[in-house]
Amino acid sequence: MSVRRLSPVQPESFAFSPDTLKKAKAWMANFPAGKQQSAVVPVLWLVQKQEGWVSEPAIRAVAELLGMPVIRVLEVVTFYTMFMLEPVGTHALVQVCGTTPCQSRGAEALMDVCKRRIGAQNHRSADGKFYWQEVECLGACANAPMAAINDYYYEDLTPESLEKLLNDFAAGKTPPPGSAIGRQGSAPEGGPMTLTDPKLYDGSLAKKIKIPNLPAAGSVKEKA
Amino acid sequence: MPIAKVDGVEVEFEPGMNVLQVCELAGKEIPRFCYHERLSIAGNCRMCLVEVKPGPPKPQASCALPAAEGQEIFTDTPMVKKARHGVMEFLLINHPLDCPICDQGGECDLQDQAMGYGRDDSRYAENKRAVEEKYMGPLIKTVMTRCIQCTRCVRFITEVAGVPDIGLISRGEDVEITTYLDKAVGSELSANVIDLCPVGALTSKPYAFNARPWELKKTESVDVMDALGSAIRVDARGPAVLRVLPRINDEVNEEWISDKTRYAVDGLSRQRLDRPYIREAGKLRVADWGEALELVASKLKATSADRIGVIAGDLQDAESMKAAKDLFGGLGVTSLDCRQDGSVLGAGPRESWLFNSTLMGIEDADVVLFVGSNPRIEAPVLNARLRKRWLAGALRVGVIGESADLTYDYEHLGAGPASLNGLAKSKSDFVKALKDAKAPAIVVGAGALSRADSAAVLQAAASVAKAFGMTWNVLHTAASRVGGLDLGFVPQAGGKTARELVQKGAADVLFLLGADELDLSKTDAFVVYLGTHGDAGAHRADVILPGAAYTEKNGIYVNTEGRVQLGFRAVFPKGDAKEDWAILRALSERLGAKLPYDSLDQLRATLFAEHPTFGRIDYVAETPAAFDLAGLGTKGEVSDDPFWSGVKNFYLTNPIARASVTMAECASLAAGATKIAAE
Amino acid sequence: MVGILADKDRIFTNLYGLHDWGLEGAKTRGCWNGTKDIVAQTPEWICDQIKASGLRGRGGAGFPTGLKWTFMPKQESDRPHYLVVNADESEPGACKDRDILRNDPHLLIEGCLIACRAIRAHTAYIYIRGEYVHERERLQAAIQQAYDAKLIGPGNVHGWDCDVRVQHGGGAYICGDETALMESLEGKKGQPRLKPPFPAGAGIWGAPTTINNVESISVVGTILRRGADWFAGFGTEKSTGTKLFAASGHINKPCVVEDAVGIPVKQLIEEHFGGVRGGWGNLKAVIPGGISVRMIPAHEAEEAVMTYEDLQARGSGLGTGTMIVFDKDADLVKAIARASYFYKHESCGQCTPCREGTGWMWRVMERMVTGEAEMSEIDLLLDVASQVEGHTICGLGDAAAWPIQGLFRHFRHEVEERINNYRARKGSYAGASIAAE
Repeated sequence: MSVRRLSPVQPESFAFSPDTLKKAKAWMANFPAGKQQSAVVPVLWLVQKQEGWVSEPAIRAVAELLGMPVIRVLEVVTFYTMFMLEPVGTHALVQVCGTTPCQSRGAEALMDVCKRRIGAQNHRSADGKFYWQEVECLGACANAPMAAINDYYYEDLTPESLEKLLNDFAAGKTPPPGSAIGRQGSAPEGGPMTLTDPKLYDGSLAKKIKIPNLPAAGSVKEKA
Repeated sequence: MPIAKVDGVEVEFEPGMNVLQVCELAGKEIPRFCYHERLSIAGNCRMCLVEVKPGPPKPQASCALPAAEGQEIFTDTPMVKKARHGVMEFLLINHPLDCPICDQGGECDLQDQAMGYGRDDSRYAENKRAVEEKYMGPLIKTVMTRCIQCTRCVRFITEVAGVPDIGLISRGEDVEITTYLDKAVGSELSANVIDLCPVGALTSKPYAFNARPWELKKTESVDVMDALGSAIRVDARGPAVLRVLPRINDEVNEEWISDKTRYAVDGLSRQRLDRPYIREAGKLRVADWGEALELVASKLKATSADRIGVIAGDLQDAESMKAAKDLFGGLGVTSLDCRQDGSVLGAGPRESWLFNSTLMGIEDADVVLFVGSNPRIEAPVLNARLRKRWLAGALRVGVIGESADLTYDYEHLGAGPASLNGLAKSKSDFVKALKDAKAPAIVVGAGALSRADSAAVLQAAASVAKAFGMTWNVLHTAASRVGGLDLGFVPQAGGKTARELVQKGAADVLFLLGADELDLSKTDAFVVYLGTHGDAGAHRADVILPGAAYTEKNGIYVNTEGRVQLGFRAVFPKGDAKEDWAILRALSERLGAKLPYDSLDQLRATLFAEHPTFGRIDYVAETPAAFDLAGLGTKGEVSDDPFWSGVKNFYLTNPIARASVTMAECASLAAGATKIAAE
Repeated sequence: MVGILADKDRIFTNLYGLHDWGLEGAKTRGCWNGTKDIVAQTPEWICDQIKASGLRGRGGAGFPTGLKWTFMPKQESDRPHYLVVNADESEPGACKDRDILRNDPHLLIEGCLIACRAIRAHTAYIYIRGEYVHERERLQAAIQQAYDAKLIGPGNVHGWDCDVRVQHGGGAYICGDETALMESLEGKKGQPRLKPPFPAGAGIWGAPTTINNVESISVVGTILRRGADWFAGFGTEKSTGTKLFAASGHINKPCVVEDAVGIPVKQLIEEHFGGVRGGWGNLKAVIPGGISVRMIPAHEAEEAVMTYEDLQARGSGLGTGTMIVFDKDADLVKAIARASYFYKHESCGQCTPCREGTGWMWRVMERMVTGEAEMSEIDLLLDVASQVEGHTICGLGDAAAWPIQGLFRHFRHEVEERINNYRARKGSYAGASIAAE
């Protein structure tokens, strides 16, 4: 990870959109009174959804909203790597997982595609549409190699399928996320080899049951 | 008391201590960087690792581990050794090792501990990391590549100073200490981070490349920049005071000092009065001592005692005030005053002008009411103590006066005397807390006591204090004030106050003993100024008698809680300047009213004999003598004018600070910040 | 049948999302069945049952779940108790909790309610990694369903008030450490806290807190429904129950699958993961439990079984049970160098050995990949790893050291060979010209 700095070019101001503010308030309400600072990561994420990145005026606005010292928000923004500190591509932010499991299944070839198509990582493409970076494990190792594009996971990629995805995004389309080779979730290629017993799904498991090992009747119950 | 074993030796320890402290009790020095007694525990440097049984089979951070009965602690096993050597190696791989050009050299924890735990060579073959410099204001110089990320500065600024301006951003090996977008640290205590920094990352900007610690003559003394009397060490080389550092005094300043205490010292070498001057035809000319003293003596002789006024300034030592009082009192002068701010204190018992809770004792209070005081700028170190107390919980603070950011929450009960008068009848939550309080305290500031209606304000405050059983505290802003009041350096029967004396026609001769905080534009008296700086007093003076600053004389100062402390001479007075008492002694000879002491010791003996409180060095009464608050002040009308702190500009409160380039820079920065905030 | 577990004994019956993830589907599959009877029991009964089941934390450390719950205060005070579910799945190799979150969220929500009862908490926070956007959306929708059906929340049908709330991260592996997670949940940088105090004494906002992995909580309902003895009937004495396994790397059919703990590594790979690329004989090494555990070479993988004790005895660990498999063509040095980069990237930077050591180890590892290193640097690297291991606040320092130690324990000769080859190829290196003189 290189040193994370705020972008030298910053907008004049930032304002929460009504929708962002509503969602931000909902996150703040998730926590006990006076602990609204807890919502800082979700709120910054909402800001990033609204603007595409987190600007300096936005950092101040978030600090004010949550009643935090602005340096604490800066600490959070620079600590968590999901926060983009400069404008990203208008069409796609491509985050290719480069960690060992993906690496062992061809992530480097995916990154070559990105380099060729978009340019150096952590920079916007010449046309401003794309921005790509190598990221650390995204937690979809059974579907390696993969990339997160604009929040959603595109899995079991090959250089060819990634090219096609990039073409789609460049054309303004949003291809459906998931496996590029038609796998169902993390099931093995060719279909699940387990969970095939129909009894699991016929409703028999929903029939009234008696919980085993219950203490003998009459034993003292703690009041809820 | 519980007992633990350190390297096989049993040690008794206080419950609540950590393993590191127990090791120190046992005489084992534990290396550390991040741990500091007065800050929260970070446990991040990993230098203080020890082996502890029972416990996991790996070394433990002794700073973060509570000591427990029966614990066996090992400080020099192979496991501990390996851990410490490993940590030291890690700390040094990215450290620039630029000790020869580092101001921390010679007083650097990293340097010292590397001697004990470092390797003699480097195994690190990679490129070292460089970190961009940061701007933290005019006082703190940064060389961030040297930083070892111990976060002491972050913790101090956040916890003690209460101004969360410094943070540790980014993560992993890229973490950096910084302020928000290179903003200057906005605390009056900011420079304490320089002392706390265990390496040369944060060093003193004004002192940069000035000296090595071993070149300096170190003199332990007390501060005069406010009325706390913080314990300081004055470091000088030759005739120049190069820096002031805090000393530990738990009862006064713990181990902090304000930025003014630390950095006003460049004012000691600027605007100095180093020779006597006489005004001729409107212009000051250099004179010799004989000439100047003769002129003053002749003026005094030719003037009747009731037309002479003497005003002592804010930085005066007790001895010079004693000498002035003896000299002029002997002449029959009754217009003596040490209260150039116009304070009404001085009539009642001694406790009426003291901070009776004591600085340390204020931590026992559960409700504190400030009247006309802004402790953050009047006594930043005391304010830090109140913040510490507030953080500990169950402290309620009320303020009647300006609503400033005190770094802790308080209830603003009103701006002026009317709120004070109405308090007893108020049904507010705060008043309820006041009624239930076990140890309530009132702190009356200089701002409340130097108004036209202060006699009535004083009575109102006293009656509130009495009604709620509050301990009576006065927070002075001048180092000399309590000493002056203890001496009775106030108008005698028929005498005029300082405020009256500077009016037109009020006096024929005005003797200013370092008094610079007066409006001298109206007086038509012959003005004699004995002092150190070309400030307000000297500008109006007809004769200037150059005196000694607080670093240039041995002197007694009494702080706001009544603690008598000794200041010591670090350097000699500038040029032809003399110690103040000696000038007065010489003048007395010329007046034919020779003072009965030939040395400072003799003067002190007289002082102690006549005013026994001065003889009790470093003493404060644990429980103040009871006195009747009802006797304070006089009944009268109060105005609606809001209270203002006696300190208008924290960085420029006295002639030394006003002569300081560093203070000027801080003041203009603070003024700019205020402007931005107001926009 | 593949593996050793029958479908009827699987807990995560919608692992692949073939069926309805929602409330109705979950109920059909037996979730929320008998929950009221379970929640009506005392916390002690629940803890005892979970202890009896032998369930160990599925987040990697393997601490007994029921025992952990008993560390919570027995009385509620003015400080509320909290359950925090660690859904910050970020360990390279691990991708199992994701499938619970997106496909079987109600098992997790039900588990939260039961666990809250067991620790006398009324609020559960599920801390989900920020990148799991889809999974979070799914989870939030499922929670809403549960609220709407009055299964959770104040005054719910189960008789134990329990709010289940979601918090998410912002991209930091370290937040999977329970104390870093608490910091992050409070809206701070994810820098691990010092212990003591332990979370059960002072956790989030200083209140008693228990932190469990998603899988650990999600299996609780089914364990209690079917009986502790049913769960304890799988695996070994010390490693019981069923568990999610996953694999990535050089196998034919990577996937996530639930099977019994104690399944042999070979059987798991051969039957569930479609075998090693190029056949079992082409196996070189396995990292059995997420990248932080030490690798085991092929000949050990032959006999190893997926239990805590067996893998520990082999110098490795069960970890999260999510393996990375390497075949004979794999560049293990490069794979571990990438892991070292991961740890450097994810170090929080708080404490010295990890902040400085992870970067140092990665830089040396990178040179080991090309062979551009001194032979003596192998021992240097291992020494540095040992200076990091055990000296840090949290486990990340250990986790950074172990993969390197695992590599050199079994494949030191490969690195030595690489250094020799590099020198042979270069013909000159520091010292070579002097030596030739």
